Amino acid sequence: MAVMTLIESVRDTLAQEMRRDAQIVVLGEDVGKKGGVFLATDGLYDEFGGDRVLDTPLSESMIVGVSIGAAIAGLRPVPEIQFADFIFPAMNQILSEAARMRFRSNGAFACPMTLRAPYGGGVHGALYHSQSVEAFFAHIPGLKVVIPSTPYDARGLLRSAIRDDDPVLFFEHKKMYRSVRGDVPEGDYTIPLGQAKVTREGTDVTLIAYGLMAQYALEAADLLGGEGVSAEVIDVRTLRPLDGETLLGSVRKTGKAVIVYEDNRFGGYGAEIAAILAEEAFEDLDGPIVRVTGPDVPGVPYNHVLEDWYMPNPDRIANAVRRLAAY
Amino acid sequence: MATTKTKPEAKLGEDLGLSRDDLLEMYRLMVVARAVDERMWVLNRAGKIPFVISGQGHEGAQVGLAFALRQGHDWMVPYYRSVASLLAFGMSSREIMLAQFARGVDPSSGGRQMPGHYGIKERNILSVSSPVATQVLHATGIAWAAKLRKTEQVTITYLGEGSSNQGDFHEALNFAGVHQLPVIYVVENNGYAISVPMSLQSAVEDIAIRGAGYNMPGVIVDGVDVLNCYAAGKEAIERARSGNGPTLIEAKVTRLTAHSSDDQQSKYRPAEELEAEKGRDPLPRFRDQLREAGMLDDEAEAQMTAESRKVVEDATDWAESQPDPDPVTAQQHVYADSPPARMDDPLWQGTRFIGDGGPFGVLGEEG
Repeated sequence: MAVMTLIESVRDTLAQEMRRDAQIVVLGEDVGKKGGVFLATDGLYDEFGGDRVLDTPLSESMIVGVSIGAAIAGLRPVPEIQFADFIFPAMNQILSEAARMRFRSNGAFACPMTLRAPYGGGVHGALYHSQSVEAFFAHIPGLKVVIPSTPYDARGLLRSAIRDDDPVLFFEHKKMYRSVRGDVPEGDYTIPLGQAKVTREGTDVTLIAYGLMAQYALEAADLLGGEGVSAEVIDVRTLRPLDGETLLGSVRKTGKAVIVYEDNRFGGYGAEIAAILAEEAFEDLDGPIVRVTGPDVPGVPYNHVLEDWYMPNPDRIANAVRRLAAY
Repeated sequence: MATTKTKPEAKLGEDLGLSRDDLLEMYRLMVVARAVDERMWVLNRAGKIPFVISGQGHEGAQVGLAFALRQGHDWMVPYYRSVASLLAFGMSSREIMLAQFARGVDPSSGGRQMPGHYGIKERNILSVSSPVATQVLHATGIAWAAKLRKTEQVTITYLGEGSSNQGDFHEALNFAGVHQLPVIYVVENNGYAISVPMSLQSAVEDIAIRGAGYNMPGVIVDGVDVLNCYAAGKEAIERARSGNGPTLIEAKVTRLTAHSSDDQQSKYRPAEELEAEKGRDPLPRFRDQLREAGMLDDEAEAQMTAESRKVVEDATDWAESQPDPDPVTAQQHVYADSPPARMDDPLWQGTRFIGDGGPFGVLGEEG
């Protein structure tokens, strides 16, 4: 059992998967000799060579479109978009092509590929190096969306994503790359896509989050524990397909739910969770569904005072839980 | 028969290694493509199919450029006008017609896509979508995989000149140029992007010169000259197969129909132009060439016409008689594994009240 950071887990898992399956190729901007701007692919070029670890031109649509073709021809591409903020030139390829290929061909063609991208704020990245883009993709049938919050989960989920026969968007929170450490076992374990995880048991309020917010939710639950408020924390882990059973099971027990996401509030991914809880657990709820989110401004501002104003944090989450618990 | 069988000096196609049978097969493919294509428009006007988009006027370029491909080995990444390309690559008239009628057994999409969006996995024909030029990147990716896996497969892809203004076209050619991939980009330039003429579409008159920006030969062929198209296709295929990189081919063709069945081209094309363009129909040109070469006489031509009519009748009647897809199939093939929860939520049908419980099993014990 090794202790790793989140990014070490990602890097090591990529290398292991590439050793296991010679059809896996990594492509993206600066992923080769440089090893990626965050060093998520560091060392892969030396081990697997330039054919399998390819530095591409600065063309995101090309990165995804070529990956689609390569996947159709039998490779298993793991493209990287350097920052989730720069994924938008590839939106047409992801939404119109990768997501729809299986459906539109009546099951004949598929796009097995894992599109990795670092996302999220709190790293002085300002408007264009801080975005949470998951809601755009979770909206689209045909795509799977995964966001790990621990090195252990990152490994198990990345393995499942790479071995999955459909396109998976795998978002890694930049602030967690080196700030989160954890045990990562040696064995070839996987975590099935579509399973949320109860990361802390509790009885009064259910806290639902993913990515950095899943960590913050745990910190908030710790704060509340000392005050006699018992929060159950669920890490969604796979946004699509969503593990509705685990969420509903918890909310039926606690009767109260706080959903946390870093993205803008309006139309964010947590809004879908809120709708599901309202539709499916209405009679089990003892209070309103509450969201703690980023504000509805068009980006995370740069200056640290402004950035702090934007980012949800454990205190804000705890405040929301306190109020709801007392409702 | 009144034809005088004067012996031609040099046999037509000989310099290209094409036999009389080859030439007649090319012509037959064009005749069948035209007959199938014309039938689509008849079916549309008869109210049997709501939409047509097709390739009348493009057949010479399409058959010529595709004729030297290896069926079942190479890859074709078509677009919505590729009727003759697809027939030349082994797709059958029945398969084309199934897409028009959107029947359940339609191999292109099981009735999910609009007509013209072909694709057959077993034949290495990639599924077509409606956003234009996206396929150019897919062809490039297939060619990249072929190069890495050393399969000696050539990938050919097609688009209109209008689509060549999309970023995906340029991103694809750049990547293929960097890696010298075994891919052929065919721009079928019919002069119009729906209604917008070349003068407003492109800063350059010839799309082919864009190849220079991506380190690949840019070749212009006259789509009326089938053998010229064949020669260019063969050369590009050999270049790709032997590892010498991509080719951009611009075929100057004419669009004999409106953009689609929802378009009226007389609104934006002068009558004189439309009349003059009929002279750029590749079918009579190739027919005359074959007749002059003594390879086609009245009898053979009559026979070919009769056969193509039979093929079209059969394809139409058979496809039309196939059943519509079962509505329950509409939720299949979203993912490889079982559909995610909520895929078949009766909420959509109004048959479940919110709070009844549902796809997550909340109904549970007390429900």
